Amino acid sequence: MAAHSYSHARKTYSAVLAALLALTVVTVAAAGVHFGSPSVNVIVALVIASVKASLVALFFMHLLYDNRVNAIIFLTGVVMLAIFLIFTLLDVEARDTVRPSRLRPPAAAAQAPPHSPAGSVTAPH
Amino acid sequence: MSQTAATEHVHEPFLQHHFAEPAQQVDASKIGMWVFLVTEVLLFGGLFVGYGIMHSKHPEAFASAHHHLNRTLGALNTVVLLVSSFTMVMAVAAAQAGKRRQLLRYLTLTLAFAAVFLVVKYFEYSHKFHEGLLPGQFYSYKGESVPGEFMFFSFYFMMTGLHGLHVLAGMIAISWVLRRALRGDFSERYYTPVDLVGLYWHLVDMIWIYLFPLMYLIS
Repeated sequence: MAAHSYSHARKTYSAVLAALLALTVVTVAAAGVHFGSPSVNVIVALVIASVKASLVALFFMHLLYDNRVNAIIFLTGVVMLAIFLIFTLLDVEARDTVRPSRLRPPAAAAQAPPHSPAGSVTAPH
Repeated sequence: MSQTAATEHVHEPFLQHHFAEPAQQVDASKIGMWVFLVTEVLLFGGLFVGYGIMHSKHPEAFASAHHHLNRTLGALNTVVLLVSSFTMVMAVAAAQAGKRRQLLRYLTLTLAFAAVFLVVKYFEYSHKFHEGLLPGQFYSYKGESVPGEFMFFSFYFMMTGLHGLHVLAGMIAISWVLRRALRGDFSERYYTPVDLVGLYWHLVDMIWIYLFPLMYLIS
């Protein structure tokens, strides 16, 4: 752990900071490019953010050369969050396909008999 | 590093009696900190999932609402936090090397950057309060807007507000470490509090790394 001397550490951390700042410029630039669909843009932004977060975790938070148990604890949390996020979004996206009755246009939905379940929540304006 | 306490039979003043040696104490403290950080990830994670649901349901409202955010100030704050993470990790390195002056300097710099972040955030918030760009029922923006923009601001204020509270908590923690460093509590043998507050500070930085593109850059 202490094998890295102070000046060596400063060199490493400066390089990591430079990479993080460069990736910030890349994120801002990528936001101006249209990759076909808006969701692709979100995925590109999240991938760049994850590269940055990995740099912070590996170098600034010392996970690269620290006791492995810390990395395992952190990754467990991240994996749980990924499951939470991915499966929730899959559900949200797939709902209308599973129940096509919900795809009625708003006018038809308003005229539908009262026993039908309420469609998607309409936002107050 | 671990030979010190084992060979001398005198206990180091910082070693708590239920630990066999300093290395064990450091490991235990770090595990505790990482478990806490995971709870923080999950706390923010719930908000990110909510954001994902509402964004996929109302993409136009979110895309339109995010134009009210100042991209330049957001990018500036990103740079400020990244640099503060660097000064924080340098403070840890300085503590590890027993360089007291550098430790004090880097902790002070980190504190200053954190303050800059909050000042920029203050200007952003007051601009939005002024325009009526507020969450939920408080949304009262008079200009052109897409229905549902209030939802974006609910998430914006909840997530950046919670993050801002974390920055504030980080500043309190760094001040505490700074006070202890001034008192001369730390040496190459013992600097765990600097290390742990550093971990917390990097997590705050890491959350902002995700908040910045999701809030300011979505199109």
